[in-house]
Amino acid sequence: MSRPRTLFEKIWRRHLVTAEAEGLPATLYVDLHLVHEVTSPQAFTELAERGLPVRRPDLTLATMDHSTPTDPSIDDARLRVLDPEGSAQLDRLLANCEQHGIPLYAMGDERRGIVHVIGPELGATQPGMTVVCGDSHTSTHGAVGALAFGIGTSEVGHVLATQCLLQHRPKTYEVRVDGRLQEGVVAKDIILAVIARLGIGGGTGHVFEYTGEAIRALDMEGRMTVCNMSIEGGARAGLIAPDDVTFAYLEGRPMAPSGDAWEAALDDWRSLPTDKGAAYDRTTTLDGSALEPMVTYGTNPGMAIPIAGAVPEDDAIEPEKRASFHKALDYMALEPGERLQGKPIDVVFVGSCTNSRYSDLLAAANVLRGRKVADGLRVLIVPGSDAVKRQAERDGLAQVFVDAGAEWREAGCSMCLAMNGDQLAPGQYAVSTSNRNFEGRQGAGGRTFLASPLTAAASAITGRVTDVREVLS
Amino acid sequence: MSKSFTRFTGTMAPLPIQNVDTDQIIPASYLKVTDRSGLSSGLFSRWRYRDGDPEGEPISDFVLNRAEHGEARILLAGDNFGCGSSREHAPWALVGYGFRAVISTSFADIFRSNALKNGLLVVPVTEDVSAALFDAVTADPATEVTIDLEARTLSLPGGGETNFEVDPFARRCLLDGTDQLGYLLNQAPAIQAFEAANAARLDTRSD
Repeated sequence: MSRPRTLFEKIWRRHLVTAEAEGLPATLYVDLHLVHEVTSPQAFTELAERGLPVRRPDLTLATMDHSTPTDPSIDDARLRVLDPEGSAQLDRLLANCEQHGIPLYAMGDERRGIVHVIGPELGATQPGMTVVCGDSHTSTHGAVGALAFGIGTSEVGHVLATQCLLQHRPKTYEVRVDGRLQEGVVAKDIILAVIARLGIGGGTGHVFEYTGEAIRALDMEGRMTVCNMSIEGGARAGLIAPDDVTFAYLEGRPMAPSGDAWEAALDDWRSLPTDKGAAYDRTTTLDGSALEPMVTYGTNPGMAIPIAGAVPEDDAIEPEKRASFHKALDYMALEPGERLQGKPIDVVFVGSCTNSRYSDLLAAANVLRGRKVADGLRVLIVPGSDAVKRQAERDGLAQVFVDAGAEWREAGCSMCLAMNGDQLAPGQYAVSTSNRNFEGRQGAGGRTFLASPLTAAASAITGRVTDVREVLS
Repeated sequence: MSKSFTRFTGTMAPLPIQNVDTDQIIPASYLKVTDRSGLSSGLFSRWRYRDGDPEGEPISDFVLNRAEHGEARILLAGDNFGCGSSREHAPWALVGYGFRAVISTSFADIFRSNALKNGLLVVPVTEDVSAALFDAVTADPATEVTIDLEARTLSLPGGGETNFEVDPFARRCLLDGTDQLGYLLNQAPAIQAFEAANAARLDTRSD
């Protein structure tokens, strides 16, 4: 019998075209390559310059998400005027996909959405696969038990041309979250607490595997939220072992196996979880039952505190990190020791590949139902895909948002990275369900508090950073 | 395409900030390009210009705007440089500006990989070496260091040198101009054999 192996190790070994050798990286086969408009044009140009075809268009899937408008009144013709560069980039993706026979979910296609929302939604990302995309939040797909990670544009070209990547084997890091979450504490709070603990470079060189009772108890969309932000902890990938929750989620999805192939796949997928006795390079454990709703105060996702807490005082920060700490607080116009709860805000954004799935919108709608957003507050609700949008409209969630006074938008990345015109004005504060609070991320001069959809919805009602448990009680 | 890199001597631009993310290196508003050029004006634009606008007033105390660092081609940065987004536009912008190397105590994984594919050398150093370099460049902006990729050494301002780690394959590619895509394309027979032995479970065109 072979020695015990981790989930990561099993997937890695299955995809080795050639193993690592003295001074040479491994050649790793890619099962699914996801493509979007922003990080692909230069890769297609590289192929054109070398006269190379796309090796496996049947393992490649493209969508438009980053620079697409979410304002329903902006049609193709208006976009050309409002954003000629963004529009040209979308045209380029269309032409590249047509030329190479790559399936593309373009504007108007009902399968279109944020790349990391549609992959699982279509059943395209499956346990045991390798999945890559020119996008750091590709780690999301690890929620189904796939080894999924972001790559640069040069590597997008490598995969287009060869379906392979040159990679060194990363180390493994078990992130164990025991216990049961309290009321009002959700997947987003877990991952913000993990990053606050490990630091944003804590996972560099590693792949996370999330284990423990609190992770097992999450539904698939919660698991996607956790894996999505692995990169904010420095890990290129985050994995969760596939289980019955995973299989129930995937069964019947358009690209998932069916019939005999489904049964064969299940047998295979059940062999993937980490073997008893397998060793990780590093391990950390958090007590899930002690977690509280989390919110960030600074300019990276590791600068997070329990919502009832306060911005750290200087003496809690290591001396060599104080300059960067103060730079962040200056940007956020906050003081050491200041409490965030009750801080007035200008915008609430519910969306992004972290928190724009149906369950995220449902959580926000349940808080907002029968209530109104605060006077003068702008609230954007941006579904992650056209399918999520349609389901939310069918089930009445969209009406809840509209009745509350929020803006109900078309699917896309939107204000997460503010490439499409949805952005904060300089100096504005937002509670956002997205993944990055970097300086200017949501618009030049904009200030972001990252939080869960529950916290975002509660804050939408009061116009201030708010503990959802106070609204619900 | 990487340009070859063997030995480089130059001055340093100090950026003593930790966790510089790729959104700061090149903001998302510059990502609408469809080629790799023209990004240097966007490099650190939010820190470099008033309102982040390259047409606007330069922020005089930002390192790239200080005359004494105008010729620097080595960026000396704080820990965990290049975290966040996978955008390869970050090394394109740094290289477009003229940087040949970045020295830091650590680099984010994707940035490191992207940089090395674009002839931008990442030089990891210990905290002590980093502190010594910041001290030296603060005392004398004209301080020069030499990065020798062949020997994997970085000269120290007070004399002596330190070794640094670099991925051996990336090093070889930078030294002899090996093209990584060409290297992969040469593995076509092995890739074909892998595909023959492992049937795909998916056809993205089937939906």
